[in-house]
Amino acid sequence: MSGPSTYQPSHPALQWFEKRLPLIGLIHSSFVAYPTPRNLNYWWTFGGILSMMLGVQIVTGVILAMHYTPHVDMAFNSVESIVRDVNYGWLLRYLHSNGASMFFIAVYIHMFRGLYYGSYKAPREVLWILGVIIYLLMMATGFMGYVLPWGQMSFWGATVITNLFSAIPYVGESIVTLLWGGYSVGNPTLNRFFSLHYLLPFVIAGVVVLHVWALHVAGQNNPAGVEPKTEKDMVPFTPYATIKDGFGMVCFMIFYAWFVFYIPNYLGDPDNYIQANPGVTPAHIVPEWYYLPFYAILRSIPSKLGGVIAMFSAIIVLAFLPWLDSAKTRSSKYRPLAKQFFWIFVVGSAASPRRASTSLPAAS
Amino acid sequence: MTTTSSAQHTRRDFLYVATGAVAAVGAAAVVWPLISQMNPDASTIAAGAPIEVDLTPVAEGQDIKVFWRGKPIYISHRTKKQIDDARAVPVASLPDPETDQARVKEGHDQWLVVIGICTHLGCIPIAHEGAYDGFFCPCHGSVYDTSGRIRQGPAPLNLPIPPYAFVSDSKLKIG
Ligand code: HEM
Ligand code: FES
Repeated sequence: MSGPSTYQPSHPALQWFEKRLPLIGLIHSSFVAYPTPRNLNYWWTFGGILSMMLGVQIVTGVILAMHYTPHVDMAFNSVESIVRDVNYGWLLRYLHSNGASMFFIAVYIHMFRGLYYGSYKAPREVLWILGVIIYLLMMATGFMGYVLPWGQMSFWGATVITNLFSAIPYVGESIVTLLWGGYSVGNPTLNRFFSLHYLLPFVIAGVVVLHVWALHVAGQNNPAGVEPKTEKDMVPFTPYATIKDGFGMVCFMIFYAWFVFYIPNYLGDPDNYIQANPGVTPAHIVPEWYYLPFYAILRSIPSKLGGVIAMFSAIIVLAFLPWLDSAKTRSSKYRPLAKQFFWIFVVGSAASPRRASTSLPAAS
Repeated sequence: MTTTSSAQHTRRDFLYVATGAVAAVGAAAVVWPLISQMNPDASTIAAGAPIEVDLTPVAEGQDIKVFWRGKPIYISHRTKKQIDDARAVPVASLPDPETDQARVKEGHDQWLVVIGICTHLGCIPIAHEGAYDGFFCPCHGSVYDTSGRIRQGPAPLNLPIPPYAFVSDSKLKIG
């Protein structure tokens, strides 16, 4: 579907440039002339929304980094002064902290879309696996970002998550010391998390380029899950997909703005407005909402190593999905049983946080 | 472009392989510092030197919490009942079998010194809580007894004992 571009710029200067680096042609063939299935629904706009959110996180994050101090004695106060003193600092911080949640809402919808319509099946396996890698990188980025304000949840979240590695037999303890750069979570940990939190979004951007490249090689799936047969099944990306994606982005922005302006701390934890204290564990340590299904798995298994293995397997299994599901039909529209299991999975994932936040019965 | 290949190994092949081997060693030598820099630095290690604790103010039945290497250390002055409870359980029935005697210093049986970090995922258990009057971890509900041994919940191991010694009957050196 993609191939050498037939695009010819009309202006001589652009023609001169195009001969030396066919960049405009690449953009034209990928985002203007690129054929998209004409039956795409709004669940297909989340890829564009995700790209937008990555941009929002990078812009707000780079600006926050201009005012933030990655030191255990100063980090908490520097975030408070961003909110109170820096011009529009409250806006930047709330855009960034809620932006992370919006990013995850969008990625979950995007992934469930892929699951429902069988977008992981041949020939889109590599595309799907690149998506799983992006998801893992997002989890790492979000986790390290949450440590930066150095509140109680930052500190204890970091302690619990880094300690997961101590479950590895023999080398676990040494790995944890290596991650901490000390004998407990402390200043070296905060500094390296800041460095990596700054880096990873750009790594994500790189993998997104590969993801889109793989998409444009295989072509988009569609709600019917049947490969388009003729030209008539397709419409050009611009204006059709551009406008539809743009409309989706604006609606999503309204939803996002509602959180930022009206309930900016709704998705956060009040304990994170208490400065980190290595001597006191908060009564309930909970990660951010977007990790809760995995945390619920960890908590439901009464063995440390077993819990950690189950939790990581729950993510890794996604990468093997193209081979675990051998059905030829792609879309759940035409797979009544798969459709039922899909909804059971959705409801189960959404309900699992209850498991994570209520106390375990003291079972042995 | 033309390529020619010769069937014989030449001196040039040898030089290429030798150069490649040197490059591989060099790459490994560069990766080592890149990883090693993550481990605790000299100041962190220095700040982890032993500390001394005066035990005179700690009354029977009381516990204190001190910090060593950024880790909380619980020092409990156990009552007779707490010691007896710890010694009454059949050791074989414990998830991580260890006698109470092995976890304290002989002649100082009333003093329990443990690292107050839950062996599950590193929260700080609360002293004098839980069904065994030992420690209770609020994070995922692990319960430890008066010897700091795991009795219930997801934690796999007993609370670890830091390296320590009694300098005198009322002075403890941790580290
Ligand atoms: C994938 C994109 C990103 C995600 C998901 C993300 C996520 C987060 C999260 C969840 C927080 C904690 C917010 C809070 O509770 O206050 C945070 C904080 C922070 N992030 Fe990011 N971030 C991303 C990109 C970036 C980038 C590119 C930078 C800088 C170049 C950056 C710089 C910061 C700074 C300085 C903070 C601390 C200030 C604060 O807590 O508000 N972030 N990030
Ligand atoms: S950290 Fe103590 S029970 Fe999980």
